[in-house]
Amino acid sequence: MMGREMLQAFAHLPMGWLAFAVLVAGGCLSFLSGRTAAAQFRGAKGLNSQPNYHGYYLAMWTVVPAAITLIAYAIFGSGVTRSLLTGDLPDGFASLDPNALSQYLDRVREASSLDPASWSGEPVFAAITQRFLTLTGAVKAAGLGLALVAGLAGFAFARRKISSDFRARKQVENGLQWLLFICAGIAIATTLGIVVSLFFESLRFFSQIPVFSFLFGLEWNAQTEVDFGAVPLFFGTFVISLIAMCVAAPIGLYSAIYLSEYASPRSRAWIKPLLEVLAGIPTVVYGFFAILVVAPLIQDFSGWLNALPFIPDGTFSGSDKNALAAGLVMGVMIIPFVSSLSDDVINAVPQTLRDGAFAMGATKSETVKQVVMPAALPGVIAALLLAVSRAIGETMIVVMAAGQRPQLTADPTSEITTITVQIVALLTGDSEFDSPKTLSAFALGFSLFVLTLFFNLIAMRVVNRFREKYD
Amino acid sequence: MTETVSTTRTERATRRLKQRYRAERRFKLYGQISIAIALGFLALLVVSIGSQAISAFSNHKVSFDLTLAPETVAPNGPGDTEAIAENVSGFYELVREDLLEAFPAASQSRALETELYGLVTRLATIPMARQTADNPGRLGETVTYRAVLSDDLDLYLKGAVMDEQRMRLSAVAAIDPLEASPAGATRFALTTEASLQQLITALEDAGAQDRGLSTLVQAGPAVAKLEDVTPGRLTAQLYAGRAEDFRGAVPTVRILGLPETERNMTDHQIAWTLSLKDQGRIQRGLNWALLTNADSTYPEIAGVLAAIVGSVFTMLVTASIAIPVGVGAAIYLEEFAPKSRLTGIIEVNINNLAAVPSIVFGLLGAAVFLNVFGFPRSAPLVGGLVLGLLTLPTIIIASRAALRAVPPSIRDAALGVGASRTQAVFHHVLPLAAPGILTGAIIGMARALGETAPLLLIGMVAFVAEVPAGPADEATALPVLVFKWSTGAERAWEPNTAAAIVVLLTFMVMMNAVAVLLRRRFERRW
Amino acid sequence: MTSMTEAPAAIAQTDPEAAKVRCENIDVFYDDKQAIFDISMDIPARAVTAFIGPSGCGKSTFLRCINRMNDTIESARVEGRIVIDGENVNSEHVDPVLLRSQVGMVFQKPNPFPKSIFDNIAYGPRIHGLAQSKEELDEIVETSLTRAGLWEEVKDRLPSPGTGLSGGQQQRLCIARAIAVSPEVILMDEPCSALDPIATAKIEELIDELRERYCIVIITHSMQQAARVSQKTAFFHLGKLIEFGETETVFTNPSDDRTQDYITGRFG
Repeated sequence: MMGREMLQAFAHLPMGWLAFAVLVAGGCLSFLSGRTAAAQFRGAKGLNSQPNYHGYYLAMWTVVPAAITLIAYAIFGSGVTRSLLTGDLPDGFASLDPNALSQYLDRVREASSLDPASWSGEPVFAAITQRFLTLTGAVKAAGLGLALVAGLAGFAFARRKISSDFRARKQVENGLQWLLFICAGIAIATTLGIVVSLFFESLRFFSQIPVFSFLFGLEWNAQTEVDFGAVPLFFGTFVISLIAMCVAAPIGLYSAIYLSEYASPRSRAWIKPLLEVLAGIPTVVYGFFAILVVAPLIQDFSGWLNALPFIPDGTFSGSDKNALAAGLVMGVMIIPFVSSLSDDVINAVPQTLRDGAFAMGATKSETVKQVVMPAALPGVIAALLLAVSRAIGETMIVVMAAGQRPQLTADPTSEITTITVQIVALLTGDSEFDSPKTLSAFALGFSLFVLTLFFNLIAMRVVNRFREKYD
Repeated sequence: MTETVSTTRTERATRRLKQRYRAERRFKLYGQISIAIALGFLALLVVSIGSQAISAFSNHKVSFDLTLAPETVAPNGPGDTEAIAENVSGFYELVREDLLEAFPAASQSRALETELYGLVTRLATIPMARQTADNPGRLGETVTYRAVLSDDLDLYLKGAVMDEQRMRLSAVAAIDPLEASPAGATRFALTTEASLQQLITALEDAGAQDRGLSTLVQAGPAVAKLEDVTPGRLTAQLYAGRAEDFRGAVPTVRILGLPETERNMTDHQIAWTLSLKDQGRIQRGLNWALLTNADSTYPEIAGVLAAIVGSVFTMLVTASIAIPVGVGAAIYLEEFAPKSRLTGIIEVNINNLAAVPSIVFGLLGAAVFLNVFGFPRSAPLVGGLVLGLLTLPTIIIASRAALRAVPPSIRDAALGVGASRTQAVFHHVLPLAAPGILTGAIIGMARALGETAPLLLIGMVAFVAEVPAGPADEATALPVLVFKWSTGAERAWEPNTAAAIVVLLTFMVMMNAVAVLLRRRFERRW
Repeated sequence: MTSMTEAPAAIAQTDPEAAKVRCENIDVFYDDKQAIFDISMDIPARAVTAFIGPSGCGKSTFLRCINRMNDTIESARVEGRIVIDGENVNSEHVDPVLLRSQVGMVFQKPNPFPKSIFDNIAYGPRIHGLAQSKEELDEIVETSLTRAGLWEEVKDRLPSPGTGLSGGQQQRLCIARAIAVSPEVILMDEPCSALDPIATAKIEELIDELRERYCIVIITHSMQQAARVSQKTAFFHLGKLIEFGETETVFTNPSDDRTQDYITGRFG
């Protein structure tokens, strides 16, 4: 075969940089060409657009088709190579089951990037790897070639249009707006990606495990692929969120009220950023804080409780990972979410309402309790809902401090586990994507997504209502 | 009317008023207590982690006078410096020989020898191997090298392992060898000038007998383990140094707070360490390795460098995705989007996306980037993509706020002189909004830097002992390293984790400081 | 210097009374709400035309039709023909961007770009490619500032920010900025409402000078100002054009009672 070595050498080229260089060079050249072409119209009556715009127009028509081709290569290139290679495999491989075949091809791909000396031992494998390299090079060359052709075609098409009365600016601006629209579309695509991937992986899970036993089963033993009853996880998530909210709701709310109604501007200027620091600390740091400081304290505390005469021995297990430590620390983390959102809401309550109450002789606390808070209530509820959603989705604190044991227990000092902990436990480490164990992580993720989405949507709706009322 | 006026003066009303003011003070107090609790937690967090971290930023090193015998150190001859740099076992052999020379008594049993070698881990000799490789001229000469002391003993010297009760005895009056080897007495009895009553009381108070606590007696480089003490007489087993050293000395006694079975170091190891320390061979210094080494399974030589580089690659990918796309989307939504249903949906969707738990993005990364697209596991490329999507809504929201803050009169002015909408936006609005956008972007990036959960799901927890060279290499990130170290079984991981947290927070504080400065410098009030 | 002199000169030769802007049956809707009802008028070429009327009568809306600034408001829809130099500017074929380089606009509040004085003026010529060289650009800036009566005051500090000028200077800067792209029509939407009397007097003086070269339309709430600077006056009420004629006639002998009432201050 002609040029086999060349193709194989091609296979090792860094495609990313190559593509980038081709696009940049194409863009620059076509821009210059367009600008020079349009410069000669300068002075002509009614030149619609500045020469630069003609340049941009040409560059746009050159780069975009080439870039689309290259993106198509990036997405489909390896698939095409693989199917070409599968077609070329010796007959014996036809009987191989798809899984084994795909593993074999993975090995080929891995070997191809290594020193040939490491795989030349097995003749069949070596031949296939050689073939793989050749095909990779060929597909790569084809991708680049097609990109060049597409770019040139675009250039030729656009070049013919350039004339003194051609509205290049309009065209370029339209192109730019499309680009911006695509940027906005990526946000939608992300949501779609989340929903679709979670949904379909969950569907695959539920084709093996009935929905009913997942939602209502009381036993969770996913690691051994025995039981997939998620109730203990839902329960753990609920308990820890509850503890967290018991900490965050009163502290956050009272802080917000104090800051907005009582604090002097000077102390407010210090305290508010300090509270927000609590929100900026990475959750992994909170997790470490929980196991370093809080969990030992709770262990001691539960030992002390157990020693009390009226409490039966062993009521509180006080394990080194426990729900209380995770919940308390999570509560601290959530305080700023509650306080800053409530603060905004309380500040949005019009001064006239307060003035009215003061004018009737109400004290500040009476005004707050009887006038400001009722008016701000929807916003405060929204803040609390958002905080709950945050607590449900929080991962690192519970992974580090809550433990792994799925159990339904009323003892807050015992080990407990949550949805997020299990997702992490199930998906870390190498695992196949088809096992119910891995898929169950996606089912858990889907329930988590739906749960938090529910809280977020309600919260946002309430907030919007509130805004409409006072803006 | 007159009635209501008069009731405000009645006694009941006055009482009520007092009550109301009490309620007022109480209410205010609740607020103050809440803020105190919140800030107290913050202080506790900073102090507890900071104090742990400080311990990790220094460590103890043992110095060795090694004669670099070429046949041990340079397996392929002095020309092959690479082989020298990788010859950890050769150097470790020299270190072991040197240790055995210092404490020859350890050779009496295999177990004791192993304990002695435990003072320094094998991989702690990597720096001396590299230094020798850089200076091949040292071959055959005697050079002083230093190696990190084992993590547990390091912690012991820092006083972080157990309580230790220390006291000085009075001067030794007489020494009476009980057992001896050719090198001298190995077990002996001491009498001191004063009675030993104080020591006996202390041992009883500590419950040394019942709890099986060990007690070490030290005089200079000699360390012995206390066996028995009666008023006026003390018997001890020599662990390090010579019994002669006790003659005329003023020994120090250490009652170790944990029995040997409950700690990760033996009495012998402590005795050797104390002896080396007394000889000036163990010194405390700054632990640069923490910043310049990659991860390791040994806490004393583990460092954060690889994780920093991994984080940097991840953040580069994140920034190059999230910032252009986020700003583009914000410009579209704020300046060009028609008020249609579709834009409404995009808007709600972005707000929702900002509140989706980060772990869900990790699931997306695992399902789409790893499974469907077949991107490499554990790579900053994928981590950066996932974090990019995660940060996107934050940046969009911040950028939109910044664009909205530019007054419409600027747009009118530009349109009024015949600029197109696009020109008005890109020539005037965007430059004016840029500081705000940048501030938002940096804060978003700082957030992303601390994200851990999504990275766990795309396999960035793998143990990576080498500094990654590019975004497609296997790597880990700083917050993930914090998580991994925090799960380490050995005690020494605790200060290390705290130190890694300090490094992580330093980066975040720096990014936020840049954002604050930008805001201060360019903030424009319209 | 073709760009600066040519177009105004062309205007200068035409009959001052000839219609520069001819509006025919203009209706404006905001969504379903009609704001302007069937207005037709000819705006003369070399004169100042004042739009007066109570707040919310549609003056601004109508003014913004002339340079199609209403395009920037999503819900606004304009019907009818506005003919400038024989071309209906309200048709789809006309690029509003090009239109706005011919029809300049000065806004209620001075809105200089937060850039240097020089760049404020130079921005328009730059995007429209009016200057081939740095010298030409300098010349345009100087001419525009001179015409706006600002040159002497700012010639030593062209690189300093335009936002640092006083309110009256800022407004004259905005006028200079509008002139710099050599428009034929200048629309002014209450240009003096944010200024003190002395600055106002200067702007009025300037408007009077500019009348030689440009077709000027000014919205004002001050009857005295309308009387002082304009040659023609149009009175709007509830989205309708009530009266349009020589300023003197409108003020001394209005034909409609509503005009009379408004001018004498009985409502508005």
